Formats: sequence, structure tokens, C-alpha cells
Amino acid sequence: MADSKNAGAFVEFERVQKSYDGETLVVKDLNLVMPKGEFLTMLGPSGSGKTTCLMMLAGFETATHGDIRLDGVSINNIPPHKRGIGMVFQNYALFPHMTVAENLSFPLEVRKLGKSEREQKVKRALDMVQMGAFGGRRPSQLSGGQQQRIALARALVFEAELVLMDEPLGALDKQLREHMQFEIKRIADDLGITVVYVTHDQTEAMTMSDRVAVFDDGVIQQLAPPDRLYEAPENSFVAQFIGENNTLEGLVKEIKDGRALVQLDDGELIDCNPINVGVGDRTRVSIRPERVEFNKERLREGTHTINANVLEFIYMGDIFRTRLRVAGNDEFVIKTRNAPDQVRLKPGEQIEIGWLPEDCRALDA
Amino acid sequence: MSDATQSGPMLAADGTPLKRSLARALRMQKIRALMLIAPLLLFVLITFILPIGDMLFRSVENQIVRDTLPKTVVALRDWDPASGEAPDEDVYFALAQDLKIAVEAKTHTRLGSRLNYEQTGAASLFRKSGRKVKRMDLENDAPFKEAFVKIDKKWGEPQIWQTIKTYAPAYTNGYFLNSVDMQKGADGPEARPENQRIYIMLFGRTMFMSLVITVSCIMLGYPVAWILANLPMRQANLLMILVLLPFWTSLLVRTSAWKVMLQQQGVINDTLVWLGLVADDARLIMINNQFGTIVAMTHILLPFMILPMYSVMQTIPPSYLRAAKSLGANNWTAFWRVYFPQSVPGIGAGSILVFILAIGYYITPEIVGGTKGVFISNRIAYHISSSLNWGLAAALGTILLAVVLLFYWIYDKIVGIDNVKLGG
Repeated sequence: MADSKNAGAFVEFERVQKSYDGETLVVKDLNLVMPKGEFLTMLGPSGSGKTTCLMMLAGFETATHGDIRLDGVSINNIPPHKRGIGMVFQNYALFPHMTVAENLSFPLEVRKLGKSEREQKVKRALDMVQMGAFGGRRPSQLSGGQQQRIALARALVFEAELVLMDEPLGALDKQLREHMQFEIKRIADDLGITVVYVTHDQTEAMTMSDRVAVFDDGVIQQLAPPDRLYEAPENSFVAQFIGENNTLEGLVKEIKDGRALVQLDDGELIDCNPINVGVGDRTRVSIRPERVEFNKERLREGTHTINANVLEFIYMGDIFRTRLRVAGNDEFVIKTRNAPDQVRLKPGEQIEIGWLPEDCRALDA
Repeated sequence: MSDATQSGPMLAADGTPLKRSLARALRMQKIRALMLIAPLLLFVLITFILPIGDMLFRSVENQIVRDTLPKTVVALRDWDPASGEAPDEDVYFALAQDLKIAVEAKTHTRLGSRLNYEQTGAASLFRKSGRKVKRMDLENDAPFKEAFVKIDKKWGEPQIWQTIKTYAPAYTNGYFLNSVDMQKGADGPEARPENQRIYIMLFGRTMFMSLVITVSCIMLGYPVAWILANLPMRQANLLMILVLLPFWTSLLVRTSAWKVMLQQQGVINDTLVWLGLVADDARLIMINNQFGTIVAMTHILLPFMILPMYSVMQTIPPSYLRAAKSLGANNWTAFWRVYFPQSVPGIGAGSILVFILAIGYYITPEIVGGTKGVFISNRIAYHISSSLNWGLAAALGTILLAVVLLFYWIYDKIVGIDNVKLGG
């Protein structure tokens, strides 16, 4: 068993592969290093391999190849119940035949703790999730949000340093989900635990995580803090997957001084920030809707502008969402803040739009 | 408390009480629903409730004595069986009158067989007396006492009179006493002689063997149900067909197959002898005893155990076991503390089903049970079809029904009937 090569690493995946049928790889060559205390989210569409990674870490699936290390020790051959990893399941998996207190007491009982110590820890864990009064209830008598809190408390009660969460908020309604996001984040910070969180909800990933690993097709597409992920996606999958994104397709004409000149398919030329393209490559240009500017005075001198047709104007309260036709793309969206002096575009209007070249990223096609 | 502010019942908009208004609104719906289930209701009533009621009635009904010998029964009222003497002449006269009529109607032999259940020899006594009484002259043949004693000296002994007097009332608990190895003695119920006791032992054996069968079914069925519930759909369906296969095979064929397997010259014994595990002259006796009955009935009732268990286990998500393991429980603890308690409703449902089916099983014990492995139901069948003592059969059946209900009640007290699940 090789010891960790990365000092300070708490959780490590090294060249991990997983196949269920021996024909296709669900997880392809996964490498991941997490320091202690990090809140890392695995984000991706279903079937991208994120849950499989979590299950391998928990010990419910074995890695076909590679090494998974916890605190520098390989855990490939350690059965799940000896890993000491807390886990919150998608549907909470609270034991229906036990009361809330018994559910929480269960991990302490199997660790053979004394009765008074158990009661004390259960009480503390329940108080932490503000469910102190519910110890005698059955899980079925609790609401979804309450069950969620209990599941969280149960994963934390035996003082696991690593807690895994498999889409724990998936079954809650929107408001409760947002509330629980902050709650989970707060508790994780307070306790200083390391969290691996799996979700397909990008808002959840953005608001909670220190770093987000975007999964697709069994590969981590990008591993970065939320702001980098949003503002500096490294490939077009990440750009598409995280947040709203406008895509224009074209050909890279030249790259000079860190600027790429891209000829769009309808002939227009724009300046872009080349990320992973070379001269002559097909490219997908990605621009965030809120970085598009149609007020010429705010644009930098000499910026390329292109023509756009207003197709639709949607009033959304805090923002205006305007759909345009740009370079043959009918789904080009811009977002503007609802400010007193903001222009409300009307369908049929002809405008010119532009953007800072840094915000316009030329990515792989 | 909003309803405290308004005294009296809630009123609908038109001022009628809300309850009545609601009942009227729902009446049509109720009638329609009732009409839908009416055919089934009638069917169940006619083919199930009424026969059971009739059976319950028969177990206490005893009109035959007072119908056939009305005058004798009246005349016997003053006779004291404890005197040890035969009754007086007027009783014999009454008997002669009654029998004369009975012989005309040919009902005296039926009475004979009825009393024969209580006192052996009564059937032949009545048959013999019937022939003689036919030629008797009621006007001139007095004293009748001598005449009857001449026909059979049993008429001169108090025993037959005592039996007639005991069974004179229209309703009797005699069948029930009989069912629990007791009889009506001169002074109330008394135990039967040792060599005539059979039913208590049979009831006990039926209970015990049904219990053993139920437990064997749980032991054998639980792992199968678990595998069924945890296999991928395709394999599970295939296995399910294997479980259900016995259902599609005739009960007689299956039972007879066990005869082939278990008999002394059968497959199992032959194999054991061939392997040298059993000497040829010491072949195992595995059939026509309790062992044979238990093996065959466990096999036959197994699907009834597996199916409810399976359908309950199917609803237990695998994440519970994973959760238990992630919380630090090893495989056994996770199973025992988390999975097993949730599968108990399935075990309960299967056990009730198997136990109640086993307790009333008839064909299999009849074929493979020999004398040591028969159930109470075989005795009931004997009384229905061979000895024609329907009253006793009814009493035995009633007791069986009561025992089943008792077990059901106990189960409800211990496990709770709402914990029984036959499916998701």
C-alpha cells in the first residue's frame, strides 16, 4: 500500500477506474486530492459517474483499478463499516422501525459506547440540527426537512471526519432546499469536517462548495472553486453545464497577444479569449448573458460589435431577460439588471451588441 | 376552539344538520357501491357464511331424541338415574307407543345410530327392538317392561335409560365434550376412559406439527425470499417461476412424489444405501409418520411463506443496509438490527397463512401421514364421510375454527395485525 505522495491530503483518488460490466468504464482515470476540512461537490448530469465515485469512497463499490486513500491510508480493502465515514443518503435511509433517538444512537451502539455517553452525544447532535424535541418520534412522523436534519445528525453523531452526501436535498421543495444548503454549510464549517457532496443541482454546488468537480462521461471536466468555474470554464461542457451560457460557433482565424480572432459561421468577426483552441480550429465561443453589453458607450474602444435582432423580452422582476438572434443563433440571451435607467428592448428592434474579449471564451468545439 | 362557539350540530346552508345533508349526498354513492359488491356478498353468504353457521348449529343440535321418543322423554323426567334401577312401567309403555310410531316412519334406526355415538350397542338394540315392537299390541301386551327386557335385557338396565335421558334436551354440549375426550356422566361431564381418549392428543399433534411446519417454512423460505428480492429483475422472475411451479402442479401429484421419494424402497433410501450411509436392513422410515407429513407439507406450503416475505422484502430499499454499514454496523448487525425487523411483517403474514392452512390440511396427512402423522382434519373427514357423526365433526370443526381465531387474536396482541403485509 503506497502512502500518500501529497502532503496534507485527506482524501485521495489516484488513477481510479470503475467498470460494472467489463466493457465500459463508468469512471475513467479519476485523480482527486482533497485537503482536510474542504467542502467538495461532485456535480454532473446523471450517469456521469459522480455517485459511483461516492460509493467507492464509502466502500459500497470496489474500484476496478487505482487507489483510494483516506488520511494517507489506502482503503480499497477496508469494508464500509470500518471506514468511519458518515453518509447522508438520497432518501435519508432513516430506519423506520426505530425512533429518531434510536436512529442516532445506532452508530454509537455498534461502537459499544456506554449508555450515558450515547445519550449525551445523541442530545448534542439533535440540538445541533435544532431537532432536540423530536427524539421520541418515528421518522415517518417527520416532514421531509426534519428527516433530512435527522439524517445529517446521524451521519455526524459518531464524529466522522469525512461525511459523504448523496443528493441529500433532492426530495425537498425549493425554499426548504435553499434553507438547508446554508444549514449544512454552517454545520460543516462549525465542525470542521470534510464533506464530499454529490448533486446535479448546480445552484446547490455553487452556493455550498469550496471546490466543485464537474463530472461528465466518467471524467472530471474541471475542478475549481465556484467563481472560477462560472467565470472561467475550461471547456464547452463546463460552460454549458454551469449557469446560463450563450454559444456561438466559428473558426479561429488568428491568435495574437492572448486574443483570438474568431470568424463566426455567418462571417462576422469577434475578439475572444482563447482557452483550449489553436489557429484553424473549430470553436464554440461562450459568453455569459450578463456580460453582454448593448450600450455602445460602455464598450471599450475598438471592440468588435455584431448585429442582433430582439426576439423576445421577458420581465423577471430583478432582471430583464432578452432573447436575441445573433449570428444565426435564436437562443442568444442577455440579462440586464432592472435599474431605473435600464432600457427595455422591444421585439423587432435591431441592436448592436458587444463584450469584453476576456468574457468571451473560445472553447473546444 | 371554533366548534365550541356554536352550540348544537353544524348546519348546512339550507339549515338541515350537516350530518344528515352529507349522508343524503353520499347515499346514492353508497347504494351504487353496494350493488357492485352484491354478487360477491351473496355468493359468500350462500356458500360460506351459511354453511359455517349450519356447522356451528349442528355441533349443538340434538332434536332427534325428543322428536322420536316424545312420550318417553316426558315419562323419564321423574326417573332418577342415581337410583341404579330401571324406570317404571309407564316409561316402557311410553317407549312402546313412541317406537310404534317411529317404526312406521322408520326413524328408530336413525335414533339408534345417534345414541350409538354415546353408548355402543344402541344401534343394534333399536334395530332389534323395532322389529319386535311392530308386532306388539299396545292394548293387550302389558306389562311392557317384561316385554322389552325379553327383547333385550339391556332395556332392564339403567344405562340405556340414562343415555336417553341425558340426550333428551334439544340442544346438547355432548359433541363438544366428546371432542375434548369427555362424556356426560351421571353427574355432569367426566373424562373418558384412558383408552378412548384421542381428540386432545390429535389437537395437540395438529398444533405442534403445524408449528413445526411453519417454522421450517420460515427457515427455508427466508433466504429464498431474500435472494428473490435482491436479484436483478430477470433472474428474480426466473426464480419466481421456480417458486410458483409447485402451485401449478396438482397437490396429489406432489404428495405422491414425496411417497416415491421417502418410502423405504424409495429414492432417498436407495441413494443412502448405495452410498453406504445406511445399512440395507436398516432403511430409514420416513413416510407414514410425522416426519413424512412435515416434509411433504413444508414443501407444499412453502410458496405461501415465500410470497408474502418476498413482497415485503421488495419494499425494503437497499440503502437501509448501506446506511447501517456506513454507520459502523458489520454485515450481521446491519441485517439483524435493520433489515430483519423490517421484514417481520412478511414473516408474520407468511406464518399466519401457513399455520392456518396447515392446521386444517387434510389430503397430504391422509396420504403420507400413516397413523402417527394424521391431523384432526382427517378425523373430521372420517366422521363426515364414514361414521356419519356429523354433530361430532361439526363440534371438532368448531373447536378448530375457535383455535385459529384464538391464534389470530394472540398474533394481533403480540405483533399487531396492521403489521401484516401481503405486499407493498
